[in-house]
Amino acid sequence: MDESGVGRSVAARPAWLRGVVRALPIAAGYVPIGFAYGVLARQGGLSLFNAVAMSVIVYAGSAQLIAVGLFAAAAPAISIIVTTFVVNLRHLLFSAALSPYLKDWRKGALAAFAYELTDESFALHSAQFPVEVPPKTEVIALNATAQVSWVAGTLCGALVGGLFADVKPLALDYTLPAMFVALLVMQIRARLEVVVAIFSGLLAVGLTLLGLGHWSVILATVAGATLGLLLTRLRPSADGELA
Amino acid sequence: MDQRGVLITMLGMLVVTYLPRVLPLWVFASRSLPPHVATWLRFVPVAVLAAMLLPSLVLVEGRPSFGFDNLFLWAAIPTFVVAWKTRSLFGSVIVGMVLVAGARFVIGIG
Repeated sequence: MDESGVGRSVAARPAWLRGVVRALPIAAGYVPIGFAYGVLARQGGLSLFNAVAMSVIVYAGSAQLIAVGLFAAAAPAISIIVTTFVVNLRHLLFSAALSPYLKDWRKGALAAFAYELTDESFALHSAQFPVEVPPKTEVIALNATAQVSWVAGTLCGALVGGLFADVKPLALDYTLPAMFVALLVMQIRARLEVVVAIFSGLLAVGLTLLGLGHWSVILATVAGATLGLLLTRLRPSADGELA
Repeated sequence: MDQRGVLITMLGMLVVTYLPRVLPLWVFASRSLPPHVATWLRFVPVAVLAAMLLPSLVLVEGRPSFGFDNLFLWAAIPTFVVAWKTRSLFGSVIVGMVLVAGARFVIGIG
């Protein structure tokens, strides 16, 4: 090991390692939540294989937790699939929002990237891509590290089952909320974005209270982005960089 | 449902999860978007992060909660300040976690 490693610039690391390191805040949140999912999946009657398989092939935290509840309640397959569709529909917006930055990528690379697009990986990429799109290796390594941590958490939870470790003393359950706070702050480059953030956030709270459940995030996002577009058109000079 | 049925259901879940993830990238990445659409998309990240975050901070079990026992909400304020001043993702996350863990340890709330 290089003794002067502390002082080395981040850019000197290989691309894959940069991706792994950038994924660490996600991993710190995914391992305990994946663990909780693994425990619940086994309690809900899923085999060890199926519990882990869902983290590998579906890989969508909140939808997996909801599905486990539905499997346990013996819900019909079609209602589990439709619920999953509604809960995960927000990925449509993530995918569309990142598309302008990945024009140079081939369909195969986009397919691999999209497979591991989650709330958290989207949050990191959407903060990074406008500044500079990192090499493909770094982007894919970041995504893969996040999913590996999710699957590892799942496997541990599914194996130990009832021996539920408490994540609260280490505040691991606050990793992802804190990350979202920081990434939201980093999205703010102009006053208009403050307006959009406050509007969308309050609207999502209101719609949730009205009982719109998982639609509230999608509706609040569409309304917020539309407000941003309208304000940009109304006063193109106020936020020149956005026009 | 037996384990085989669970697995088949999960394949259906895979399809309805993966298509929204991949189709916009496949359709949009290869062409230049009309300016209005491009501008609209540029507001999506800030809108969707706020829409996911605020309900998770303000609502506890589906109801607004502004008391001091809502640790996630109050810890978000110093986390916000650190993120604003330092622009450091790791730093902000560490500060948030230390505050929540500390409050739980010292005051025993949350």
